[in-house]
Amino acid sequence: MTIHPPERIWWKPISGAERVYIAAALLFTLTTFFLMPVWHFLGAQNPTMQTYRVDKAEYLQKVMAWADKYKVGEQAGVPVVEPPPGGDVYLLARTFQWFPVLKLKAGQTYRVHVSSSDLVHGFSLQPLNMNFMVIPGYEYILYVTPTQKGEFGVLCNEFCGLGHHLMVGKLIVE
Amino acid sequence: MATAAVPYRFRTCESTGLRVHADAEALLKVNAVLAVVFLAMAGTAALLVLLTRWPPLHLLDPVWFYRLLTFHGANALLFWIIFFEMAILYFAGPIVLNSRLPAPGLGWLAAALMLGGAALADVMILLGQADVLFTAYAPLRAHPLFYLGYILFAVGALIVVGLFFASLVVARAEGAYQGSVPLVTFGGLTAAIIALVTIFGGVVTFVPAFFWSLGVLPNLDPAVYRLNFWLIGHPSQQINVSAMVAVWYLLASLTVGATAVSEKVSRIAFTLYILFINIASAHHLLVDPGLSPAWKIWNTSYAMHLAVLASMIHGLSVPAAIEVALRRRGFDRGLFEWLWRAPWGNPGFAALVLSIIIFGVIGGITGVVFGTEQISIISHNTYRIVGHFHATVVGGTTLAFMGLTYYVIPLIFRRQVVWPGLARLQPYLFGIGMIIMTVSMVMAGTYGVPRRHWDIDFSLAPAGLRFAFDAPAYLFLTLTTLGGILAVTGGALYVLITVMSVFAGPVVERIPIPSLGPIPAVAGAQDVPEAHGTVQTRTAHADIRGTLVLNFLFLGIFVVYYLLNWKWLADVWPVR
Repeated sequence: MTIHPPERIWWKPISGAERVYIAAALLFTLTTFFLMPVWHFLGAQNPTMQTYRVDKAEYLQKVMAWADKYKVGEQAGVPVVEPPPGGDVYLLARTFQWFPVLKLKAGQTYRVHVSSSDLVHGFSLQPLNMNFMVIPGYEYILYVTPTQKGEFGVLCNEFCGLGHHLMVGKLIVE
Repeated sequence: MATAAVPYRFRTCESTGLRVHADAEALLKVNAVLAVVFLAMAGTAALLVLLTRWPPLHLLDPVWFYRLLTFHGANALLFWIIFFEMAILYFAGPIVLNSRLPAPGLGWLAAALMLGGAALADVMILLGQADVLFTAYAPLRAHPLFYLGYILFAVGALIVVGLFFASLVVARAEGAYQGSVPLVTFGGLTAAIIALVTIFGGVVTFVPAFFWSLGVLPNLDPAVYRLNFWLIGHPSQQINVSAMVAVWYLLASLTVGATAVSEKVSRIAFTLYILFINIASAHHLLVDPGLSPAWKIWNTSYAMHLAVLASMIHGLSVPAAIEVALRRRGFDRGLFEWLWRAPWGNPGFAALVLSIIIFGVIGGITGVVFGTEQISIISHNTYRIVGHFHATVVGGTTLAFMGLTYYVIPLIFRRQVVWPGLARLQPYLFGIGMIIMTVSMVMAGTYGVPRRHWDIDFSLAPAGLRFAFDAPAYLFLTLTTLGGILAVTGGALYVLITVMSVFAGPVVERIPIPSLGPIPAVAGAQDVPEAHGTVQTRTAHADIRGTLVLNFLFLGIFVVYYLLNWKWLADVWPVR
């Protein structure tokens, strides 16, 4: 019984059946480990580490100035912004809004800056289901290449207060 | 209470032959009862949250939804499970080692601190002073008393962990046992060591947060808070894993008289947990800014997935022990006669098997897959994650603890389990409900449904910005609700049976208790001495072909789901 001390010498050779499975499991776990660095170099989808410390108010100003410059319209009171293809894109998360609505060109690679001016938020692009954390004080840089055209929803998937479910934005790819 | 003048009181258990110290037993009982009380509260909140996340019903308003979700997390993930684990430590330390519990007064102090802390946190949550959810990510700020509640609870738990270590020292010094500690104690020790690291994480997280909420500390870096929080947030789940695996071995012994096929293999696997399991907390931060890919990959992989290997080893060892024990009883034909003839009517056995399946197949596979650095992009903070941790902590740990309860009631509380028919049904209701719920959650999350969200229709958001999920997302949310209701029913039944048995059940005069199933509740006291003598012969002839086939089937499912996720990842937009 497992509630009684084992016999005196319990470190005996492991049986063949156990060896076979443990070896197979070890092989699999090593594969799952090494596929991560392999994908890092060969795969197209990788969460990067390019990040800058940024003052919350400063980031807010930066986004506003940029949005004013490239504003092309308005949706539900939120500016629609179309930056030059392949250029910098700024996205601001704040309670309870994604700012602004982005209009991008398919096939172009954009340098997307994401940060928050208040709390921790979760960037969730749907229905693609791509998710990244947004943390105040940290400007996260993601090089994104939209490959499909259409309208995409941007949700918040990290709880950010009692209006969390109001936080919806939009990304348009043409 | 206990002073040197009072002699230590012991009784000898007729079923296991263990000498049971009265103080250890009393503390075990108190912690187990408190655990069930907190489970009942967690389950009530679970039902309300569940019925709110079902779009057609949408029961609660947003404020109470987030409030009760916070309440559910704290009570289920911390208070229920940790109180039960304290009971397990009192069992795995002094009782299993035939020894006394040193300084039982400290045990009572610990229980009081934990109860006080839990009650304080719960009251603050219900008063609306801590609408921050389980993680309380700064700069979201709760009332200082909420953080203080968590801190008091952790201090209490730390004392019990200390008492467990002290009981190991005392038992060894007083010669209460010979040779190595029993496997269940070894598993308890693993959980206790991991608990030390976890409580350290709790200190670095909640002590600064407490002073910050008081205004003493001006600033709390949100990214550093996340890093620190997950040093308590995930390691506390690793305590659950270790304690659960120890309970698996214990239940395998209690239900079919099983002994580990290889003590060496099982102990190496526990040791791998101690060495590597805690670094995996990094998998919560895979799509966070600021952390390097090398750091993420090394840590999320538990150092080349060695702790995953440990779980896969236990997933072989426990069923193998059951197979060997049942074949020894004569169910030796073919690959699976032992499986068909197993005591499925014994709730302890049913809970054990369902716990292994739900933890391993659903929780384990999704855990490794979602914890892969890049795959986190298509799973982070979606309902997939909620499906994963309900499979591990609820379908795995909670169900195993429920199964053990059917033995704790007669052996420790000395009461018969009331309503044996319902008790037999209970693990199936809970387990099957959990299977439906967790798989559906994972599927809904695959369609993008976010976790911790009041309204996936976005009905209160500006009309021009609303987003609509595809139909399958709604189908899987409905199935989630259905499975959840089954599981809550099973959970309520568990609480009812336990409370009725403990407080109103017939007093047990003699064990075994035949009411629990085809195989006597405890595999027979006469098995105990024999178990020692036969260890050698059984090791030599261990026939575990059936288990091996089942495990390779599991590995096959694992490989397929893993590759499927890389395919899904390759289909989303390039990002670097």
